[in-house]
Amino acid sequence: MNKKGRTVSIYIAYTLLTIIFLFPVLWVLLSSLKTQSELFTYPLTIFPANPTLDNYREAFRSGTFLRYFGNSGYVTVIATFITVMINTMAGYALSKYIFKGRDLIFFIMIATLMIPLQVIMIPIFLLEKNLGLLNTLWGIIIPPAATPTGIFLARQYMMTIPNSLIESARIDGSGEWFIFRKIILPLAKPIIATITIFSFMWRWNDFLWPFIVISKQKKYTLQLALSNFVGQYDVDWSKLLSMTVIAILPMIIVFLAFQKYFIKGLTAGGVKG
Amino acid sequence: MSKKTKSSFHQTLAPMLFLTPNMLIFAVFIIIPAISGLRLSLYDWSILGEKNFIGFENFGNIFRDGDFWKTFLNTLKYVLIVVPLITAASLGLALLTCDNRPGVSIFRGTFYLPTMLSLIIVGITWRWILGDELGILNYILDISGGETVKWLSTPRTAFASLIFISVWSLCGFYMVMFIGGLQAIPEDLFSAASIDGANRRQVFLHIKLPLIRPTTLVVLVLATINSFKAFELIFTLTKGGPGSATKFLVQNIYQVAFEEDRLGYASAMAVMLMITIGILTMIQFRLNRKEYSNE
Repeated sequence: MNKKGRTVSIYIAYTLLTIIFLFPVLWVLLSSLKTQSELFTYPLTIFPANPTLDNYREAFRSGTFLRYFGNSGYVTVIATFITVMINTMAGYALSKYIFKGRDLIFFIMIATLMIPLQVIMIPIFLLEKNLGLLNTLWGIIIPPAATPTGIFLARQYMMTIPNSLIESARIDGSGEWFIFRKIILPLAKPIIATITIFSFMWRWNDFLWPFIVISKQKKYTLQLALSNFVGQYDVDWSKLLSMTVIAILPMIIVFLAFQKYFIKGLTAGGVKG
Repeated sequence: MSKKTKSSFHQTLAPMLFLTPNMLIFAVFIIIPAISGLRLSLYDWSILGEKNFIGFENFGNIFRDGDFWKTFLNTLKYVLIVVPLITAASLGLALLTCDNRPGVSIFRGTFYLPTMLSLIIVGITWRWILGDELGILNYILDISGGETVKWLSTPRTAFASLIFISVWSLCGFYMVMFIGGLQAIPEDLFSAASIDGANRRQVFLHIKLPLIRPTTLVVLVLATINSFKAFELIFTLTKGGPGSATKFLVQNIYQVAFEEDRLGYASAMAVMLMITIGILTMIQFRLNRKEYSNE
């Protein structure tokens, strides 16, 4: 095949693949804009005849949905703040200090990836119960805030910061916390952005932690509420579709705004969780 | 003297303080639970009842437990089918998008998009598409003269749908890793090959494939680990059904623990899963050794 024919066939492949990857999400969006009657009549329409936001209004009217949204937002923002703070601290300690047991500590932290939540659900449930964390948002904020991936990324990045900056600050009499706060953190901005985005995605999309820890409806996160909604015998699709779109929206915005950090983080770490 | 204490402070105490929050969380919420999980597996107990030490009896019972083996084999079947498919699909996407053609980053972004969605949302999206009567897929089949299919309530098609949706939702993630591997291949290897008159197939088989072997291995192991942990997608799509056609290990552990209230027995099953995932992760670390080491 000549070069031109090849290029054409590659773009045809792109188009077909784009349909496969994009259409399902687009279909949910289009469906959510249909009226109740249009949603459930044959023949199906691709585009809504009379686009309406009624389903969205309906979803928000109940008030509970707003609460789930708020719970998810609260968990995501606070947990991400904590994750960025403590992971950069750990990354700094593991990259810029020389002390006994440093490599062992790093190894143990990375090795915790070997024990995913799925295999310790039962002891975690009992532990949260004993600590009084069941049915609290803190019970799903604190435990997953320490992430091996975040520590790994922070450490790798901070190793590239020259030691001389730290040395000269020490000679000037700066304290260790001051050096971290005023010199290291500003220099680590790119990796902080990466960790922030990943943490935002993990926490916003998290299902298993809330599933184990939360059983009171008042404390449901969006994902938990959605899974509950779709698990009912008679699914109220008109409401569910609009809720799903709202739950996707923050991810799409973050993705479009920070695409390059995603790619960077993924190729650097290659780890998930 | 004072100089010495100061230097020992910032070489030991300061880093320890920096590490404390993470170490505390790892210890309390991963290491201690893992140990107590091992201990629980040796007991017979329910949440309100008493705790009886029974040694390895739970493990003996697991070997005679038909339900366990059914879900174990389901999981294994899923892993064995989905991992090669995900690897092939993500490698294919990476090969298609690793060169810098106009607009390529938009397509890359599109293929990556599903990995940004929670598995709950992926499940809801496909439930809507695969619906028996109002699903668009059955609608298309219907108007084109085909027979409609009860996608998620027939064992075979439920399993097949689950496989397809898993690949759909995850291959973008591994695609990015493959793109990284492919772009790291030195450009002059390709020019040398083209001088020697190698065709595309030869370049792929003899240059690209061998040189991205490390990436391929990591993808294979990571995909295997993640498939063994599969739960959320199944939970929203089929709830393990119809019957137990798509019921996997994690769901089984959850149900035995929290619905049947057999915490000790479920812990023993979790220990089996922990060993499986532990071994696979160790393999992954070995493959990743260069990246995790100190250079």
